[in-house]
Amino acid sequence: MTRDETILAVKDIISTIAPDEELVGLDTAVPLRDQIELDSMDFLDIVMELRKRYSVQMPEEDYGELNTLDSCADYLMPRLEGQELKLQNA
Amino acid sequence: MSTDRKKYFRGSSDGKAPTFKNPLDGVEDRYDLIVIGSGLAGMTAANVLARSGFKVLLVEQHYNLGGMATWFKRAGGHVFDISLHGFPIGMKKTCRKYWTKEIADRIVQLESIRFSNPQFDIETTFTTEDFTRHLTNTFGLSNKSVDGFFAHVRGMNFYDDSGATTGELFEEHFPGRNDVHRLLMEPISYANGSSLADPAISYGIVFSNFMSKGVFTYSGGTDHLIKLMKAELRRNGVELRNKVQVDRIIVDGGRVAGIEAHGRTIEAGSVLSNANLKSTILKLVGPEHLSSEYRKGVESVRLNNSSTQVYLGVKQGETIPFVTDLLFTSTRETFDSPSLCDKHGESRTFSFYYPKTRPGSDRYTLVSSMNAHWDDWAKLTDEEYARDKAILIEDTLTTLERLIPGTRRKIDYVEASTPRTFQFYTQHQQGSSFGTKFEGLGYSMNLSDQITGLYHAGSVGIIMSGWLGAANYGVITANKVDSFLRQLESIEA
Repeated sequence: MTRDETILAVKDIISTIAPDEELVGLDTAVPLRDQIELDSMDFLDIVMELRKRYSVQMPEEDYGELNTLDSCADYLMPRLEGQELKLQNA
Repeated sequence: MSTDRKKYFRGSSDGKAPTFKNPLDGVEDRYDLIVIGSGLAGMTAANVLARSGFKVLLVEQHYNLGGMATWFKRAGGHVFDISLHGFPIGMKKTCRKYWTKEIADRIVQLESIRFSNPQFDIETTFTTEDFTRHLTNTFGLSNKSVDGFFAHVRGMNFYDDSGATTGELFEEHFPGRNDVHRLLMEPISYANGSSLADPAISYGIVFSNFMSKGVFTYSGGTDHLIKLMKAELRRNGVELRNKVQVDRIIVDGGRVAGIEAHGRTIEAGSVLSNANLKSTILKLVGPEHLSSEYRKGVESVRLNNSSTQVYLGVKQGETIPFVTDLLFTSTRETFDSPSLCDKHGESRTFSFYYPKTRPGSDRYTLVSSMNAHWDDWAKLTDEEYARDKAILIEDTLTTLERLIPGTRRKIDYVEASTPRTFQFYTQHQQGSSFGTKFEGLGYSMNLSDQITGLYHAGSVGIIMSGWLGAANYGVITANKVDSFLRQLESIEA
């Protein structure tokens, strides 16, 4: 998966967890929490969805890596290598 | 046995109705996950994991699902809700994400919360704006000190516990203001059994959850909610079994292997217990499987207090004008935490259930709740027990009549429950209605470090208490179970 696809994969997951949030135009360098309404349970849902769709096992101490879309991409790219993008809300 | 079948089993004094067939008939020999207990934590975890594709068996000792989220019916058309008093707005999102939109759409705001005591008499929506208005106008506090308090509690999180108590937190922001402390503490004490002596952090998190958009309830009543949840669990393939008394959680070589119940062994890759924390670890698992440090720690975890309730059914055809939805009332001159648990004490809450609780119905019920100690009720003789229940009912009716004259004559059904009743129906140790105190949380969260594949979710540590706390804790634990089961699958594959 490319960097853009990785970000798209995360955004697609967020769109299923927080269907009312506008995800177009999110700044990839700014914390997600500062741009859309996500609480700690939502981040847990992202973790569960990443595991379900892409078999990514994220230990609790890594949850902070989901802070921004850029940090998500940095963390997930090596872990999603060779995997196909799976979109639910495309 | 034919006469036993006809007997009407009512409450703790009669014991349990006999079962005539094995409640596990037809259940398979192995599941990915067995959930013990169908409180909101157990049910929510079961639903999330079944939706994720795991094969789940949910067993419950009671004849209803729901745990403390329950109700009962009595002759005369009365339906009484045990714990529908009110929950934070977050429940709407939780139900939408982990249950269904239909359930979430039925979550509606309570119109009014009232306080009536010798220090103040106020009505509030319990929203930040309205609460701030009262704190500044009625209580004469400066906007700066109110905003400072709100900012402090909102900023609190689980990972930086300062060690301060809730009482110290109040004293820091509103020194010497017993009336303000009462306003801030009383509703939370009734919501989760916490007190001024509990950690400030547990107060801050729970208070902030409530103190945003007000207090909410479920339109349709607890029975309707549980009916929809049950249907959703079935739709997602969960095998549901009631009246199942689990004898033992089977542990083999440090790993969970399944459960034993009704003469059967059912295997599972993982077991999630939504039973009381101490019962789960000390009784269902047994001390021989635990490190001595962990075992001693669990033994020292304090249970939260229990409750008494008085259920008042309004005669068909009678009406009660809208007074408020939730009333915190006391005749005690000043506030202190321990007195909220006094037997025959001066403080109680009333939940008013108008026809709006169950749209289409024309019935009214009232439920009065007090916090209570197990020890005050546990060892009474039958005569003493009956006498004390009668006193409880009479005190409640007298209070009600004082607050809303003319109401007493409209009541045609009364019944009281005590810590013994809660113990009987939920099997919680000492009838605890709010799980354990703060220290229980760590032991609950770390159970799988002791026994691989075994998890606990349920009312612990005050934060994970109440409808929202329990449901969300179910999801937090479901995430761990999901991770564990997927690892297990990839090893086996």
